Amino acid sequence: MAVGARSAADEARAKESENQRGAPPTVESTAPPRPRPNRKAASIIKEPRYVHAAIIVLSCLPFILGGLALASDAFRGTSYLTAEPVKEIEHYTGKWTLRFLALTLAITPAIAITRWGWLIKYRRTFGLFAFGYACTHFLLYLTLDLQLLFSQIWEDISDRIYITIGFTALMLLVPLALTSTKASIKRLGGKRWNALHRLIYVTCVLGIIHFWMSVKRDVTSPILFSLLFATLLGWRLVHAARSRRA
Amino acid sequence: MIIRSRSKNDIVSSEITSESAYVNRRQFLKDTGLIGLTAGGFLAACREEAAAASAQEQDLKAELTSYEDATSYNNFYEFGTDKEDPKANAQQFKTKPWSVKVDGLVNKPATYQLEDFIKPHKLEERIYRHRCVEAWSMVIPWMGFPMAHFIKQVEPQGSAKYIEFTTLLDPKQMRGQRMPYLDWPYVEGLRLDEAMHPLTIFAVGLYGKTLPNQNGAPLRHIVPWKYGFKGCKSIVRIRFTEKEPRTAWNVATPHEYGFYANVNPTVDHPRWSQATERRVGEFRRRKTLMFNGYADQVASLYSGMDLRKLY
Repeated sequence: MAVGARSAADEARAKESENQRGAPPTVESTAPPRPRPNRKAASIIKEPRYVHAAIIVLSCLPFILGGLALASDAFRGTSYLTAEPVKEIEHYTGKWTLRFLALTLAITPAIAITRWGWLIKYRRTFGLFAFGYACTHFLLYLTLDLQLLFSQIWEDISDRIYITIGFTALMLLVPLALTSTKASIKRLGGKRWNALHRLIYVTCVLGIIHFWMSVKRDVTSPILFSLLFATLLGWRLVHAARSRRA
Repeated sequence: MIIRSRSKNDIVSSEITSESAYVNRRQFLKDTGLIGLTAGGFLAACREEAAAASAQEQDLKAELTSYEDATSYNNFYEFGTDKEDPKANAQQFKTKPWSVKVDGLVNKPATYQLEDFIKPHKLEERIYRHRCVEAWSMVIPWMGFPMAHFIKQVEPQGSAKYIEFTTLLDPKQMRGQRMPYLDWPYVEGLRLDEAMHPLTIFAVGLYGKTLPNQNGAPLRHIVPWKYGFKGCKSIVRIRFTEKEPRTAWNVATPHEYGFYANVNPTVDHPRWSQATERRVGEFRRRKTLMFNGYADQVASLYSGMDLRKLY
């Protein structure tokens, strides 16, 4: 519950910083002492130009590079993606999904630490990229791996628990992607919107479980991803507990 | 023991045929018009050989996996868990000198130098389907000799029911063994009748060449109707036992990997279907064949067994 309250607070803070954007950064001395959360308001810097555009381009790169490698392997006989490009591209897109989920979860703590309120819009950017990579991951599995053999696809989704889990994780992202617009926030109201978007925590946990279950014996990279997500989710718990006390 | 040494006139096939010519031999036959000319004497000379090699094997020749793929996409956790790791990490692996210890319930236990282990046997080529439990497959021309020849030579005792193979344990050279991926060293095993089956071989080469390190040099065994992990690589010990060996993957995750591990499209891995497979280098999935296509030869070994339980 308190976790949701945090996100609402983030929203509010984000709006506040948005308002301050035009104003020149006030230098401490003259301003009257502000309440704690805004004490470091002076450190708010404007969003540098072109950063958002650059981030979007960079976020597309794994998709483009993966696509080029796959095409080259398929049509030019290279083996950038090992001798089994289909498996490799599945793992590749799966890991990028997790990375973008982690980036999405990293925005709130990043704002809390840096006070750069303008970062908030990157939460949506990264969230949508996570959704995009997750869809790519799933579509590659349907088309290239199972080649639309529907009997096997259905059997996989219903009988194989790690596929079921991955599929559920993706399905939970759908309503989030659909309500990612400003209009949706208005329509739902901040509180309900925040509550709905807490589903991303469930997706992250399911995504990690899906990853753990897909590897055979070498759990190095599931461990690293788990630590990353544990940090990001743990931060929220600690933060929530602290603000409840305050 | 008396060991028949290979006569000096025996030539390893790799000395005769270059690999590229070997791979392209159909094209070669076409180009030189030999296919049209071979009707008479040539065919007669070949008949005996052709009869020996099953028609199936002839068909498989057309499906050979490329040498490049077969030697760069490997599961050999001793050298790392990614498919490209073995090739990258096994290049410095020392396979000379190499000795193989044969013990357990045999009349002639011994420790062999690899050369002496191989020497008594005539190397032959076997083109086999290779089906990984992960649902990918290859077709590989192995060089080796029937395991039965070796077993007869060391004379297992009447009480011996199983044969156990152990991979070298050397974390210095095999960096994967520094990680707890499996309970090292890797152990595999067969029932003695499976080991005696004419399809079961010890392999020391592929594509007419010495076995590359990443493929299990210098000595591995191949059981073509079982999933690939049943083949033990870089073997240093062969033991005859009365009890079923505790095999590496079975110890690691018993509900996923059984002792038998026969290729079976009707018994799925808990996490994925075994009904189809992808042949490396092909895009379309293939239907997986019962006993990997060797049912005619091996199904009788398992008559009366519940292959769902004994997976």
